[in-house]
Amino acid sequence: MPSLKDLRNRITSVKATQKITKAMQMVAAAKLRRAQAAAEAARPYALRMNAMLANIAESVAGTPSAPALLAGTGNDKTHLLVVCTAERGLCGAFNSSIARLARDKANALIAEGKTVKIVCVGKKGNDILKRLFSKYIIEFVDLRAVRYIGFENADQIGRSIIARFEAGEFDVCTLFYSRFKSVIQQFPTALQIVPAIIPEKPEGVVTTAAYEYEPDEVEILSSLLPRNISMQVFSALLENAASEQGARMSAMDSATRNAGDMIKKQTIKYNRSRQAMITKELIEIISGAEAL
Amino acid sequence: MAAFTFELVSPEKILFSGDVEQVVVPGTEGDFAVLKDHAPVMSALRPGVLSYTDTKGTIETVFIRGGFVDATASLLTVLADQAIRVADMSEAAFTAEVELATTLLGAASTDEGKRLAAERLAQIEALRSTLAH
Repeated sequence: MPSLKDLRNRITSVKATQKITKAMQMVAAAKLRRAQAAAEAARPYALRMNAMLANIAESVAGTPSAPALLAGTGNDKTHLLVVCTAERGLCGAFNSSIARLARDKANALIAEGKTVKIVCVGKKGNDILKRLFSKYIIEFVDLRAVRYIGFENADQIGRSIIARFEAGEFDVCTLFYSRFKSVIQQFPTALQIVPAIIPEKPEGVVTTAAYEYEPDEVEILSSLLPRNISMQVFSALLENAASEQGARMSAMDSATRNAGDMIKKQTIKYNRSRQAMITKELIEIISGAEAL
Repeated sequence: MAAFTFELVSPEKILFSGDVEQVVVPGTEGDFAVLKDHAPVMSALRPGVLSYTDTKGTIETVFIRGGFVDATASLLTVLADQAIRVADMSEAAFTAEVELATTLLGAASTDEGKRLAAERLAQIEALRSTLAH
């Protein structure tokens, strides 16, 4: 049976925790708005780039001059998994669900006898995957110092992926991130970026028969494809940032609610035992007086 | 002159979307102007200045750091790697561009690369001096 003082201390500490989680929730809400706007602003570029890519790939597809980034290396022995997670925890199942998706994929590939290499973007994913796959992790990109993700950050990652591809370090590259749908819904997603999957032509776009290319198809495509990889990494990072804040917001919301419940329960317990003590004292006094 | 739709998009945002009468883009093979009903063309862009004339006849200039252009009869899309309105370009932005071009020039190993980098540097310097007046 805890003393009254113990109970009082417990209530104060839960109240302090509640204040912290409440503040974190509000900070996440403010950051979410920003992250969401950034993710939405990046969409038009990605959309138009897809349209261009669909157009140009059509005219190159099947020809032997198609770049390796589009056609692939011809086999799929070595897989590179780029796992994008958050730098911080306390955001519900956000990090672990991305890591789980990547882990399952890696296990499946290893079981098939393929070689797996992992690049971790974000500290949390690195921490989780390090335990199981430390010998497969070839690079860890730390974005902790970055406040708002700019295209340069993504471009750097994109360039390093391409450099590895050109050095023949892998055949297939898959990007893992969490797609943002709403505050309570984020979907961990695996997206293959090398060899590039050519997007379907959007409905209603008529293929104009004779496009002219300057300098020529292959040359444009070979600068468009690396650009597209960087862009995909960029939008993955932005979606991730929005998802992270969304996940943190709902996690902190339920933490605040739990703290509230706990305070209520503890307060009832505290009042009961205070009452019991008073009653006990009264009984002692009365029975003492009666004995006289 | 007839108007057509022009979109200037950078990875971070849409910079311009609306009707224009003429757009001059810095293609890798040389600058070219696009009017309405242009033959479908797709081209890579080099770093340089893009200018467009809107329906009121005002000319706007934007500095772009390379990219791609996709022209069809009724729509012109420019995907710029980075785009800054020339009017908004600060002294610091110029200095950064000049530095970048200088490092590229130093790093260029082929004659072709050297020529491109030197051209880029010259263009930025020229742009800077026109704006300074």
